[in-house]
This record gives sequence, C-alpha cells and structure tokens, in this order.
Amino acid sequence: MKRMAIVGNHALSYGALLSRVQVIAAYPITPQTQVVELLSEMCADGTLKAEFVKVESEHSAMAAVMGASASGARAFTATSSQGLALMHEVLHWVTGARLPVVMGNINRAFGPPWSIWTEQTDSLSQRDTGWMQIYAQDNQEVLDSVILAYKVSEQLLLPTMVVLDAFFLSHTSEPVEIPDQEKVDEFLPPYENKYILNPDAPHAFGGLTNPEWYMELRYKIHKAHEEALDLIEKEGREFEKMFGRYYGLVDPYKVDDAETVLVAVSTAASTARHAVDLLREKGKKVGLLRIRVFRPFPYAKIKEILSNARKVIVLDRNLSPGAGGIIASEVRGALANLRNHPPVLSYIMGLGGRDITTKHIMELFEEAEKMEEGKDIIWKGVKL
Amino acid sequence: MRKLTLPREEYMTPGHLACQGCGGALAMRLALKALGKKTILSIPACCWSVIDGPFPYSAAGVPLFHAPFETAASTSAGVSAAMKILGKEDVNVVAWAGDGGTFDIGIQAISGAAERGDNILYIVYDNEAYMNTGIQRSSATPYKAWTTTTPYKFPKSRPKKDIIGILAAHKVPYVATATVAYAEDFVKKVKKAAQMKGFRLIQILSPCPPGWKTPPEITIKLARLAVQTGVFPLYEVENGEKYKINIKPKKLKPVIEYLKLQGRFRHLTQKDVEEIQGMVDRKWKLLLAKEEFSKQIENLL
Repeated sequence: MKRMAIVGNHALSYGALLSRVQVIAAYPITPQTQVVELLSEMCADGTLKAEFVKVESEHSAMAAVMGASASGARAFTATSSQGLALMHEVLHWVTGARLPVVMGNINRAFGPPWSIWTEQTDSLSQRDTGWMQIYAQDNQEVLDSVILAYKVSEQLLLPTMVVLDAFFLSHTSEPVEIPDQEKVDEFLPPYENKYILNPDAPHAFGGLTNPEWYMELRYKIHKAHEEALDLIEKEGREFEKMFGRYYGLVDPYKVDDAETVLVAVSTAASTARHAVDLLREKGKKVGLLRIRVFRPFPYAKIKEILSNARKVIVLDRNLSPGAGGIIASEVRGALANLRNHPPVLSYIMGLGGRDITTKHIMELFEEAEKMEEGKDIIWKGVKL
Repeated sequence: MRKLTLPREEYMTPGHLACQGCGGALAMRLALKALGKKTILSIPACCWSVIDGPFPYSAAGVPLFHAPFETAASTSAGVSAAMKILGKEDVNVVAWAGDGGTFDIGIQAISGAAERGDNILYIVYDNEAYMNTGIQRSSATPYKAWTTTTPYKFPKSRPKKDIIGILAAHKVPYVATATVAYAEDFVKKVKKAAQMKGFRLIQILSPCPPGWKTPPEITIKLARLAVQTGVFPLYEVENGEKYKINIKPKKLKPVIEYLKLQGRFRHLTQKDVEEIQGMVDRKWKLLLAKEEFSKQIENLL
C-alpha cells in the first residue's frame, strides 16, 4: 500500500488499473480527459495489460465496451455530460444485455450555454437506464468504488456508474491510499461470465422477444437491483475487513438525535458535514444523510433514517425543469408511504458549478427552523 | 464442367424468418460457409434482427450479439479487442449489417473503426433501402428508384452512395463487392478477407423481393443481371489502391434488362432509362480505368 496525492480523475484510472480492466474504450471530453490520458500511458508502458480502443465518439465507446464485456473481457470507460448523453441509447442496451460494465462519469452541466462545471443533471438523466449509480465524495472513495463496482456488478450482471464532481474532485489532489495489487486481486477475482459470445457454445443475445417474455426479463433486472441493496453493503463490509474503509448505500452523520436532517450527494455532502459540526457546536440538533448509492435507490435506509426527523432538507445540484430537484422527488417518494412523515424542503442550488459553501448550508438549516411545512421547490442564490 | 468449390458445411439452420427469395438470407448462408464455426457476429437493427428468429431461437449457428442500429462496427471493435486480450485471435469478428446501418446511421462508427484498423470483417448485405421498416429510402437506394419515402412521382433524386470508394479512401486492406448469384466469387472473397488483418468490408448486393417488387424466384437472376449490366460490378480494392474487377463481361447487357423486371423502376420513362444507362456506362468505364491505373501505379511506385 502506498499513499499518493492524486486528482479524482486519476483515482478513477488507478481504480481501473487495480481492477485489471482488459478493454478500455473512451473518447475525450473535459473534465474527464485525465482519466483516459493516464490509462493510455499505463497501457502504453505495460503497467496495465489492456486493449485501449480510441474510439471516434462516446456512443462508440459504450458500444465497444459492451462488445468487449459480452465477449468475456472486463471493460471500462469514462465520460462526462454531453458524452454521457450521447451514450444514452447504449446505456440501456448494456443493462438489457446484462453486462457488468463499469464507467466513470464526471458530473458536468449540460449546454447550452456551454459549461464545464459540476452539476448532477447529466448522471441523474440516466436514472432509468438500469445502471447502478454511486456518488463519491472524495478521491479515495472514487478509487475504492471502482473496485467495489466490479465486485458487485459481476455478481449481478448489472453495470455501474461511478460518479464524481467536476473539478471539486476530478481536478483536485487529495491524499489517496493506493491498495496493494495482491490484496485487490484477493478481493476481486477475474471476470467470469458463462453467458458470453463463445464459438464453442453459440448463442444469440438480445433477439426479438415478444410480449410473452419481455416483461420477465425486465423484472429480473429490477430483482438484480434489489439484490444489489444487500450485496453492496455485504461487499462493503468485506472491503472494510481488507482495506479498513467501509462504503454502504448511505452515509448518515449525526442523525440519531437530529431534528433536521439534510440530504445531499457528492462533495456538497462533505461541505454539509462541516456545516453540521458548526451548528452542533451551537447546540442545534442537525444531521446529514449522504446518499452514496442512488440506483438501486435505498428506500428502506432512507425511510428508516428520515422517519425520525422533524424536518428534511434536500439539496439538489440538479434540475428537472418543470418538476424540480431530482433527488428531492425521490426522497419525497420514499417518505410518501410512511404514516407520519416529516415535511420536505427542496432546495435547488449550485447549478453549473456555482459554489456551495458551509455558510450556504448553514443558512438552509436556519431557514428550515422558521418553516413548519415542506416546500416543493426553493431556489437558493438566483440573482434575478 | 467446373467442380463445385463451395464448402459443404452448413452453419445457418432452417427455420429462419426471411421472406421468400431473400438475398440477405442467402448471403448469410454463403458467408458462414466461408467463415466457419469460429465466428462471432454483431448485428445491428436490420432485417437480420428478425431473420435470425425470435427469442429463444437463432438460425445463425454461431454466436450473435444483437446491437443498436449504429453500432455494428463499434460493438465489433469491442469484441475484437476482447478477442485480442483474451488470446482468441483465431475468431472471425464479423459485423453484419444492412445498408441503412452501414451507409447511413452506422457510417461514423465504420469510419472510426476503419481508420483505427480494428480487426473486423464488416459485411453489408445491401438491399438498397430500409426494408425491415417497410421500404424507405436509404443512401444506398439507386437513382430514380421507388420506395415509400420516394414515391413514384418523386423517386430518388440522387445516385447511390459509393461505400466502396469511401472505405477505399480509408486505405483499409480490403474492400470488395459480391452478390448471391456469384456464389464462388462471394465465398472466395469472404475467405480471402477472413485471412487478412485489420478492417475489411464486403458489400453484398442482396435482392429483396418485397422491396424491389419482384417475384421471389428471380432473386438470383436479378443479382446476375446487376453484374452483367454493370449496375453492380464485382471488384475488389486492396489498400485503397489496387483495383481488380473479378467478373468482367465482354459486353455489358443493357440496363433495361435489369430494370424492367423490378416494380420499383416501373415508372421510369425512356429518358430515365437512357440517363441511368449513361450513368452505368460512365461508372463502368471509370472502374476499368481505375483497374488499369492501379496496374500502372504499381510500376511507378
């Protein structure tokens, strides 16, 4: 094990290296480029024994890793924003084909107008593609999540997207423990899948399926997601035994006696943790629920934690125009079937990479104190 | 009398869902004879998405991955990379697509794979329109042909896209045309391409009775006439430079003999036929000149 200061993009590359990926296909886009630059170097100097297909688009990148995974190779790609949107069709296809592809997505706002800064709308727009989604809050988690993603994906034959904030993680150096290869090999066995393209056992995959069977195949994808809820935590604990770090579905902080709980993902959650500490010093009963795994959506955990709160704040750095915050909508959905659920205040802030500071988050808690009822949408910091 | 040189082995099975007289089904049967068992097919949206048979059946007899419309080349690029890293380089990685998936929606991925030199054999069975969706024009539809989106009053106003020229310009090791009426030439080309490395493409003219409005029993006759009239010459290009015409009729038959058998051309006037004849003559002369020129440049270089 060694410790290095690396940017989040390189944490993705190291995650792929340690997972011994065999086929990479990628297309450059800011702010993802460093991921594939480092992987190209690793492939070129033999550190990583993989085939790197330097495709002409993200659509082809996703198709190529799909073909590789269907052939029995462990496959990886990374992209961002417009690139992820271009992959959309194939993201659905990879899930339908039950292929355990793992990708990195650096959250970046959509154009127009052009923006290269962080916002979760790109990955959240892929919510219904059937990909598992992990939102990392630091570079260590980015690296570890790639390894964990392959471990879970390959058991369930579901793809996983490891998501990180543009610049706040992608281009920010943090100290990261690089696990020993032997230990990763012990944790993550080679990719084995009996349902592959094999001339010795020829099968057709994905052929025309009439209404008699299509629904059952979709049901099985959903069931695999439900299994993932347990498996992610089980593998998280196995990982903890070997590497000393635990990652679960959600990451609650000081919620046990909290009257107001703020829900957030990614780096905004790290900032919120600091705000919670400062408010706790003032005697405020506040807590944080970071959602780490957005798909499968951890309904049970979220209900369990939030049902004790008097008020819930959801911070969304994303927007579904005409509806509001995407995570807030999911959280409200999770709470709806509880008999007495707390009111939900849905805040939209930090779009297009605008700063979300500790002060901003403390303000949310202060505002919430004055409000008795929930609110479907509250815009924070709009200058109009 | 010439001996039969086609391989006896059959990989494609009966029970497929092709229409009667389908050139695309015959094309697959012949291609698999040439390629053999060690083959992986990636097939995007096209007639073959249906022909292979509904889940859980498959008529191909070799592993087949159904892929999104524009991804025959890119999916195959991934399969090919996997074969390399897994040490299975004796497998023929084949992209099998229709003209829509090749000339139109898939051309970006093809250009990418061709330029990178991905180790893929790309076979386009060209039936000259979107037949699976019910006969809409593609950029492979010939000049003046009827389709449901180029009705008789407004038939296709532009000539067929030159896919061989486009791939030859990528300087890939091998591009060729073939058709189901010349089975030995077809099998020979597929075998030749299979033995090469890098990106290779074979365009197969595949008559489509419902789309061309022809009786199913004349599919072979039509494919033969396409060659004999010069509408679809059989030739190959190596490394983008070396042209070779494989079937060279002493004298081309008039195009009317090919056109008059097809309902999709029944609206043509005498003037239209003359214009098409002129285009075919010009294309044939250019091809002869290219073949001659490639012989000369070999001496020059």
